[in-house]
Amino acid sequence: MKEKIISIIETYGKTPERLMDILISVQEEFRCVSEEAVSLIASELGISEADVNQTKTFYHFFTTNPVGKYSVYLNNSAVSGMMGVAEVADEFEKQAGINFGQTSPDGLISLHYTPCIGMNDQEPAALINSLVFTELNREKVRKIVADMRDGKTVESMVDEYGDGNNAHPLLKAMVKNNIRKPGPVCLGEYEVGKGINKAMSMEPKAVIEEVKSSNLRGRGGAGFPAGLKWQFCAQEKGDRYVLCNADEGEPGTFKDRVLLTERAPMVFEGMIIAGWALDAKEGIIYLRYEYRYMLEFLNSVLDDLRNKNLLGKNILGKGFDFDIRIQLGAGAYVCGEESALVESAEGKRGEPRNRPPFPVQKGYLDKPSIINNVETFCSAVKIVENGGKWYKEMGTEESTGTKLLSISGDCKKPGVYEVEWGMTIKEMLDMVEAKTTQAVQVAGPSGTCVPPSQFDRQIAIEDLNTGGSMIVIGEDRDLIKDVVLNFMEFFEDESCGSCITCRSFNMILRKQVQRVVDGKAIKPDLDNMLEWGKIMQNTSRCGLGQTAANPIATTITNFRDLYELRVKDVEFQSDFDLEKAIAESCEAVGRPPHVHE
Amino acid sequence: MSKPIVATASLAGCFGCHMSLLDIDDRILKLIELVEFNKSPIDDIKTFTKHCDIGLIEGGVCNTENLHVLKDFRNNCKILISVGECAIMGGLPAMRNGISVRECLEEAYINGVTVGENKKKIMPNDEEIPIITDKVYPLHEIVKIDYYLPGCPPRADLLWQAVVALVTGDELNIPYELIKFD
Amino acid sequence: MSEKVKFTIDGKEYEGEKGRLLVDVAAENGVYIPVLCHWKDVKPAGSCRICTVKVNDRYMTACTTPIDANMTVENKTPELEDIRKAIVEMLFVEGNHFCPACEKSGDCDLQALGYLYQMMVPRFPYAFERRELDAKSPKIFLEKNRCIFCKRCIRMIKDDKGRSFFAFKGRGKHLEITIDEKLAANISEELAQEAMKICPVGAILRKEVGFSTPIGQRKYDKVPIGSDIEVLQK
Repeated sequence: MKEKIISIIETYGKTPERLMDILISVQEEFRCVSEEAVSLIASELGISEADVNQTKTFYHFFTTNPVGKYSVYLNNSAVSGMMGVAEVADEFEKQAGINFGQTSPDGLISLHYTPCIGMNDQEPAALINSLVFTELNREKVRKIVADMRDGKTVESMVDEYGDGNNAHPLLKAMVKNNIRKPGPVCLGEYEVGKGINKAMSMEPKAVIEEVKSSNLRGRGGAGFPAGLKWQFCAQEKGDRYVLCNADEGEPGTFKDRVLLTERAPMVFEGMIIAGWALDAKEGIIYLRYEYRYMLEFLNSVLDDLRNKNLLGKNILGKGFDFDIRIQLGAGAYVCGEESALVESAEGKRGEPRNRPPFPVQKGYLDKPSIINNVETFCSAVKIVENGGKWYKEMGTEESTGTKLLSISGDCKKPGVYEVEWGMTIKEMLDMVEAKTTQAVQVAGPSGTCVPPSQFDRQIAIEDLNTGGSMIVIGEDRDLIKDVVLNFMEFFEDESCGSCITCRSFNMILRKQVQRVVDGKAIKPDLDNMLEWGKIMQNTSRCGLGQTAANPIATTITNFRDLYELRVKDVEFQSDFDLEKAIAESCEAVGRPPHVHE
Repeated sequence: MSKPIVATASLAGCFGCHMSLLDIDDRILKLIELVEFNKSPIDDIKTFTKHCDIGLIEGGVCNTENLHVLKDFRNNCKILISVGECAIMGGLPAMRNGISVRECLEEAYINGVTVGENKKKIMPNDEEIPIITDKVYPLHEIVKIDYYLPGCPPRADLLWQAVVALVTGDELNIPYELIKFD
Repeated sequence: MSEKVKFTIDGKEYEGEKGRLLVDVAAENGVYIPVLCHWKDVKPAGSCRICTVKVNDRYMTACTTPIDANMTVENKTPELEDIRKAIVEMLFVEGNHFCPACEKSGDCDLQALGYLYQMMVPRFPYAFERRELDAKSPKIFLEKNRCIFCKRCIRMIKDDKGRSFFAFKGRGKHLEITIDEKLAANISEELAQEAMKICPVGAILRKEVGFSTPIGQRKYDKVPIGSDIEVLQK
């Protein structure tokens, strides 16, 4: 073990900045990062064991004890729940003879839950040894577990490949693209290198101006003008970095998965163009571990670009050096927040930073950095190719261009749609053939739960902004239990915990929703939840905490009657449960659990 | 006009709060001019004989007897006050919260280093003994509480001023030194 | 050279060096903004959020905000004071803070803020989650029940090679403070003392040292937290 770990550490230049890669390699090699491994890594890197552990324990794909030879990470997000994950989980437990959270005694199988893996259009889905298994049902689970018992490789358990590049020899994934509506920007015609050639025929400043003129706004959800970000970064002194945020973690979004599968060269091209515009030398794409199955494929695309002299040394013979490396994450939603992503890429815990300074001033390694979403980079390529004016003609005044929507849930045609900004929710529901819709969750858990009375609102940054996640919730769903509670559990698990209000309020508010579901809440609790959510919103450091109360706030506001049906209109009600309170002590001492008054 | 009636009890507490009440020294003479005591260890009245205006409770709820007394107080007192840390947040007895009650019992009666001979590994299970609850509960998690007087114990002056303010209707301005959690 | 800028806090004008942290400049001017994680001249953590103020109508933490000309700062408003009280209450329900049994009682910043805001009972339900104690280090006793995750120890207590003695483990609700067993085996007396001193609560204790100051003479027995700053108010 020792030699192997030392060689892994050496592969990554023996530097703490690459701790993530080291831990990932060790986890994959030994199915865990044991205490011995931590000790060895610490001494080799010259940092304390506590330091190694603080990174290791931040990410949920790192484990101290070995996961099974086959590790099943089943997605238990809201949409997976709607599509029947409970049955799938039940079948896994039956077949494997263990519960979720356990490893079989022979070490063969371990079962784990994980939040959204970017497959909401083909749920229930799971990662098994980082390969994706979609549209699971009892029968498929029986076959999978039988294959495991037969000792099959996970690769050979994937018997049918998805469309497009999913069938590529380096992907061989059963994932379907589900591209339902290609548009003119990201999913339209694309020729490798055209954008780079055009950009490099322009002055870097002119490239920035072109992007600025398009009014392209960040596609991750925050909507910050991309050109302005590039300009701010270009104004700073020092080595600049171009980072691509491929940590698509907002439950319900999967459009970056499709872009990375079908438009990988375009994503990289966008980064190279940004590199040219900013005179940067290095780009990093931060890929969520859930998309680990694409790693070899993406590396081959990078090699391809290098062979075409579009990446690497002396690009297009113009003396421009720029290269890209792929940084894998290891399971942490908060790393989608740009400064947390930077921390993670530096080998640390993915805790968001305080601002100022902003990443454009002090980002990766405290150097000026831009971090843009996968889709933003793709859009930038087309903007450079066709001009900002062309781009601006699409969309609305404030939200120009097109947007990729990842639509899932209760509709006939879940998948990826490239639409112009400005479409109404109603139009969208018609497009995906959704009937009897109770609500649409726009922009994932951190977004807004929109009621039918507001279905004429527009999908646009100035009205209903979204990073892409659109979840259609049908009439027969229990909105509070199936959706709101699931979202709050998600935030509770994913809060980094380093700022008090986000850590604590997510626990408190999740419990309050549970009380509503259990019928233990009273009317004043609803106003308390709104008020406490407001404090969390106002005082949390990053977007996670600032938006984590949204599932509660937007549903209490828009669906108050659903809550009122479940809460009691009394001044006081205790949660105290006598039977539960005395059960254990009666059992321990061996007496019947009777209380006589 | 008849005097306001006060009842007091100690649940999972140490009687320290009652001691603190006695610590008001000679003002206790004024107190009995102001109020009449009903059920309380101070006058040894065991059961409510009258409906009371103010109930002062120290200690949290750690067993079914505490629960019974607390509910009895809520039913018989117009205003119910949590007195001291144990009533407010469980206090030192609540240090066991988070540890399973089985583990606590086994430590106390079987495994603890100070346990004498207990070869049959018997734990008290007589029907007459109140049943221990899974954790120590703050009072307000079980019944509605109207006011809180923190401290371990609450300072005598705090208890005095609070009770006087309540029965006279005067405004209560608590000086900084009187609100303490220890 | 440093540029002086004028700004206001609660309507009153102050002057300070541009770019310095609001919380420090305020304190030097006799304006107390409560802190739990901040420590002057140490890289801000911005984790406790108790110093939340409104700067030009936006919520900001005073410990991470550099001052600038024409800043309008709100500090002691009922809304902000209620937020701060809520944060204190939240910390009391989240950890297990048994003040009567705590060595730091009377000298604890969290408790003192409870006094300042007259916390009679937290508005939130108690969590009573079990947390472990770590007594493996020969000099330091780590009482995780009391940790409020301010990161002072993580940021400030390091060995001569810059390695941290303290670090977080886990995330979110599973967050805990840990001490590196190997490094802590040889921690110096000075650092052990320092670690206890900088801990705003009673989570880090120097072993074999007991209560030394009688009740009544402790830091916050008679005067509220922040009084030392407010006396500077001109």
